[in-house]
Amino acid sequence: MKKICLLAVSHVFVLMLHSQVTISGKLKDNRGRTIPGVSISIKDSYDGTIVDSLGNYKFTTTEKGEHILTATNIGYKTIEEKIVIGTTPIVKDFVMKEELSELKAVTVVAGSFAAGDVKRAATVLNSIDVATVGGGNADITNALRTLPGAQQVGEQEGLFVRGGAGYETKQFIDGTLVNNPYGTSIPDIATRGRFSPFLFKGTVFTTGGYSALYGQALSSALILESIDLPERSAANLSVSPIILGAGFQQLADNKKSSWGVNYNYVNLFAYFNLVKQTPDYFRMPIVQNADANFRIKTKRGGMIKYYTTFDRTNVGLRRPDIDSADMKDAFGLKNLSWYNNLSWRENFGNGWRMNLGLSYSTNHDDITQELQDQQNVKQNIDSAWGTIKNFVIDNRADLSQMKVVMEKRLFGISAIRFGGEYMHFYNRNVFNDYKVNLKENFSSIFAETDIYVTNDLAAKIGGRYEYSSILQKANIAPRISFAYKTGPGAQISAAYGLFYQKPETNQLIWTTNLGYTKASHYILTYQKSANDRIFRAEAYYKGYDDLVKNEAINASFNNNGHGYARGIEFFWRDRKTIKNFDYWVSYSYLDTKRDYLNYPERMQPNFATPHTLSIVTKRFFMDIKTGFNFTYSFATGRPYYRIVFDEGAGKFGVTDQGKTKPYHNLGFSMNYVPSIGKPNAKTFWVLVASVTNVLGYDPVFNYNYSYSGLVKQPVGLPAKRFYFIGAFFSWGVDRTQDAINNNL
Amino acid sequence: MIKIFTAIVLLAAVPALAQSEKYTEAMKANLAKFGTVKTTEEYQALAATFERIGDAEKTEWLPYYYAGIALLTPAWTDTKVDKDANATKIKSLLDKADPLTKDNKDKAELLAARNMTATQQMLVDPQNRWMTYGQEGGNYLKQAKELDPENPRLAYLEGAGIFGTPEQFGGGKAKAKPVLEKAVELFKAEKPEPLHPQWGLEIAESMLAQCQ
Repeated sequence: MKKICLLAVSHVFVLMLHSQVTISGKLKDNRGRTIPGVSISIKDSYDGTIVDSLGNYKFTTTEKGEHILTATNIGYKTIEEKIVIGTTPIVKDFVMKEELSELKAVTVVAGSFAAGDVKRAATVLNSIDVATVGGGNADITNALRTLPGAQQVGEQEGLFVRGGAGYETKQFIDGTLVNNPYGTSIPDIATRGRFSPFLFKGTVFTTGGYSALYGQALSSALILESIDLPERSAANLSVSPIILGAGFQQLADNKKSSWGVNYNYVNLFAYFNLVKQTPDYFRMPIVQNADANFRIKTKRGGMIKYYTTFDRTNVGLRRPDIDSADMKDAFGLKNLSWYNNLSWRENFGNGWRMNLGLSYSTNHDDITQELQDQQNVKQNIDSAWGTIKNFVIDNRADLSQMKVVMEKRLFGISAIRFGGEYMHFYNRNVFNDYKVNLKENFSSIFAETDIYVTNDLAAKIGGRYEYSSILQKANIAPRISFAYKTGPGAQISAAYGLFYQKPETNQLIWTTNLGYTKASHYILTYQKSANDRIFRAEAYYKGYDDLVKNEAINASFNNNGHGYARGIEFFWRDRKTIKNFDYWVSYSYLDTKRDYLNYPERMQPNFATPHTLSIVTKRFFMDIKTGFNFTYSFATGRPYYRIVFDEGAGKFGVTDQGKTKPYHNLGFSMNYVPSIGKPNAKTFWVLVASVTNVLGYDPVFNYNYSYSGLVKQPVGLPAKRFYFIGAFFSWGVDRTQDAINNNL
Repeated sequence: MIKIFTAIVLLAAVPALAQSEKYTEAMKANLAKFGTVKTTEEYQALAATFERIGDAEKTEWLPYYYAGIALLTPAWTDTKVDKDANATKIKSLLDKADPLTKDNKDKAELLAARNMTATQQMLVDPQNRWMTYGQEGGNYLKQAKELDPENPRLAYLEGAGIFGTPEQFGGGKAKAKPVLEKAVELFKAEKPEPLHPQWGLEIAESMLAQCQ
């Protein structure tokens, strides 16, 4: 009976225990912001709630005694606190700290446009974006010209970035330098880049302040990362009046390796007969290109990639000679180029990673320039202007290099990278009977560290040391950048760095008694990106020192040049507001002057202009399976100069100058994708048509002066418009269709 | 004496029984809320409740599964939901559920939830994302069908995918119809265990009606 009594008492006790107690409080992060949705609970019970949009929480519990109250949210450090639940309400406030995470952490964007599949806030363009820039003819450089910082230079190849000449921008593939990224220069005609945008999964276009891993580029580094394994095995065919190509890509059954080969034949004979060109082509441009690759995934998830490409170009063209009434200049070029790149990316565990790059390239130019009469017979005119019109150039440029970058993960997500590179340059230059061989051993070591103080504050600090055997000089270049997140998707970042570049080969063949040219960059950026919209504003200042100069006609080059560039740039891209419509707008303001080469004083270089604007639009219409792309570019006029040596004064002087008219260009392209509608299609094909300079505007990029200075001729385009039409076929099991079918 | 002994035994048994009953009751009560909650915030609170039940129970996969479903449901229509952040949360819940499943049928349900998660991420920007999230989702559906070919929700998801795909991409109502018919058939034949997933018949039927 006593026991039964006890039992009854204990039941009463149990009932008492079931009375409810309220637990409430506030939860904020360490900067006082609310984090709605944080889960608050009593550990090992069902009781709890979530934090509301004002940062408050409140719930009741029937638990009693000592318990643990927890607050959890993804991306934040879990909080656990002991509480004793009695009969009175409990009030408990929390401050939650964010965990450092790669996805959330701010990455420095100052000076760089990351494009491709890099999962970062700075992602701007992917390879499809590059290929569908209206009038861009699927050329990486043409697409990048629509971004802020790049000038609209149409008469020569290269990216002219922020007051820098084309050769001050360098390209890197999988970490190693590309010696000849463009076809060999033809006077007053811009040549294409050698590499297709579809070779790359990631593109970082830096307009300054770039990483210590790269060097020898005063203005800009274009960092290209090649694709890994292809999606599927496929055979490809390209058909157009200009180009015929075929290729094959084999992916192993285990999807661990692949190999492929491609061949393209470009012949402009038919096209130039149809569309009249200003120059008279005596050898129609013919380009043969073959490439091969293999890619192997390693056991540890690394990747070994090899890519080789071989180009053979043959072209000859005549133009009226500027110094005589009835003669012509005939320019002939034969080029052979072979490029090889082997890279190995590996994870060694324990936070160690390696990137190894080996590359060998050789480029051979065989150039002939002749003065010819109306019957195309070579003429020798014994005058100041005549003797320089006949010459033969036989140049060879080889580059062998190796680069190793080791990366070690430190605390949190911070990391350190270091490594070195070695490059061996061999240049054989033959100009008529004048022959110079240059050999250069260039080496560098570098280190940089990513430091994340919080998810909102990051710094990248690095430096590189370089030594050039040909200059017998070393340099040390510090690079520093910071980024601070000011809100969701928004950041302010700043970058500073010193950049050195060797003088060009055509200067070194005259003298090697030169030093590095030097630029210092200061960059401040604001970027906000959210939901397929991105806005960016960037201001910069660059100082140039030790630029290469020649002060008298027979004096050799020296490093007495200098200058500056400053400006502000804006970029806006929106893929969200209108469905299937994508557009971006870039504006660049540039103020630059430099005293270099034969400039008598600091002047605005003839490739630079203060205002540049680009508007790129792309619209895809699902029901007709066709996309229409327009690109409009505008640039204010560029200065041009006649610079001659004044014997009396013993120096160069400007005897005539002016400004070209403003530049307008409207480019258009359309792509029709019929196989998009056939889910089981084995043939996947795209029809592409494009026109440059739709409105037929006559651009003037510069003026050429005759020797006497009496005649000046505008430098324009070899033809008003360039038309392209072509079909690209791919045969293979198109798994992308399955993906659409199953998941849209 | 016997009575007392019985009472003690009964009393000792109460907590254990109560725990299992408490779980079943809590699950039933919260599952019923799927019919009443409306706003995204309410769904998030419901998800948090299911997660707490899962954390407390430690051996049940269903609370985590329903927490994931509660986060998925409003995200189909609420454009303000950050789909990637939501997906990260859902995946962490499904990861917790995975080792607690009892058989292939349970695993197939989790894969169906993963398929929906990937689909929601893909729909943020189909043109650029179907290569990644589209394929990811397709793979989950394929794996799930291998584990449990008779699961009606898998058939429904497949049909809904075709239904939502524009005709020029190989989708459309005509192609979705037979798949949805099969799904409805499977739903009607389904004999779900208590508390186990059984959603889908109504929405499959209404979608099928739109195909007629």
